[in-house]
Amino acid sequence: MKPILHSRLSQALVLASALVFTTACRQDMHDQPKYKADGASAFFADGRNNRKAVPNTVARGHLNEDDHLYRGRIDGKFAETYPFEITAEILQRGRARYAIYCQPCHSPQGDGNGVIVQRGMKRPPSYHIERLQQSPPGYFFDVLTNGFGAMYDYADRINVEDRWAITAYVQTLQLSQNTKASDLTPEERAKLTAATKPK
Amino acid sequence: MAQIFHKSFNSLSKISIVGGALVALTAVGYAALLFNRSPYVTQQGVVREQPVPFSHDHHVAGLGIDCRFCHTTVEVSAKAGIPPTKTCMGCHSQVWKDAEILEPVRESFREDKSIEWLRVHDLPDFVYFDHSIHIKKGVGCESCHGRVDRMPLMLRENTLNMEWCLECHRDPIKNLRPREAVYEMDWTTQFFEKTRAASLDANGHPQKNDLEIQRELEALQQNLAREYGVHTQVNCSICHR
Repeated sequence: MKPILHSRLSQALVLASALVFTTACRQDMHDQPKYKADGASAFFADGRNNRKAVPNTVARGHLNEDDHLYRGRIDGKFAETYPFEITAEILQRGRARYAIYCQPCHSPQGDGNGVIVQRGMKRPPSYHIERLQQSPPGYFFDVLTNGFGAMYDYADRINVEDRWAITAYVQTLQLSQNTKASDLTPEERAKLTAATKPK
Repeated sequence: MAQIFHKSFNSLSKISIVGGALVALTAVGYAALLFNRSPYVTQQGVVREQPVPFSHDHHVAGLGIDCRFCHTTVEVSAKAGIPPTKTCMGCHSQVWKDAEILEPVRESFREDKSIEWLRVHDLPDFVYFDHSIHIKKGVGCESCHGRVDRMPLMLRENTLNMEWCLECHRDPIKNLRPREAVYEMDWTTQFFEKTRAASLDANGHPQKNDLEIQRELEALQQNLAREYGVHTQVNCSICHR
């Protein structure tokens, strides 16, 4: 009988088992030398992959000349009108965006007693005070775009169209909190009674 | 002297050598498979120490802040987006403004230096995952990220192995929900509770049992799949380019 390692089958088996040790542990394809969003960079001095635009440059198509749309102003004064028609769909969008970004402080009704305020944030004014009741849409758009008091600006988090949609929803809230039941049509009043009836 | 071993032991001994090698090989292979799926490799369930011990539990469950308040680009881009320090400071310039634990946040804001958060969900660079399409098709955050509202410290809920991706890509319907519920946590339980509550009769007894509600849920998901155009997606180039 031949020694065991001389059989073809045994040799093949030994070779096959050696294959186990050839499985790679290298991660080159997993971690490619390319920049991904928010990653760290060894090249740039600030250590960031994300680069800011060079100061005073304007990306093509982003000159944003329209004062009304982009700054909420007409002839330097806060715009009294919206730069586009506010439809029910836009109001719904405004409501959903309001719930994400504004509600934590301003509360669902807009009285400024949101959950973050209850945890120590400076209380914002209610939307239903005289001054804000009288403020034009351009004013609310401006506050969203540039911030006001303790509130930081939201320009980098909410796009222009959504800022107008939120403005429209805030004005809707103002309307809703300052309408007398007697001003409603009979159908609307019936809906209100049904909705507020204790179950 | 009689032989101790019968003649057939010659074959038996050869077979046992070959068979033993085969068993050993299989065992090594199986161990490698298990190792590759272990939390040591996949980082599933492993908490990574971050510069600031940010609690999703507190901010989501405790305060009710929407995912998109911080992860602003999740609906429109591949990346959900890690919030800049300014987002933290929007509240923490006022709330807990002297807390020592938040000093790295204030320092980052003062000196315009990034907080070096460690990525918890990291796919291999040859996978081109896109958050926005999953959200448009009605896949909840929860389906991949788990109960983030119960994570005081962030961890990876799932393996992120390809077999895990394919589990859903082969049969996505079971993970669908209405688009407006994508950011909800524990949506299925909510669906059961709401449907049961809506079926109460005059005496307050639910008229639907769990099996019926489960069928209703599946019917809803079938409808959503049609409405949102959700199909099985297993072509390689869906994720790899």
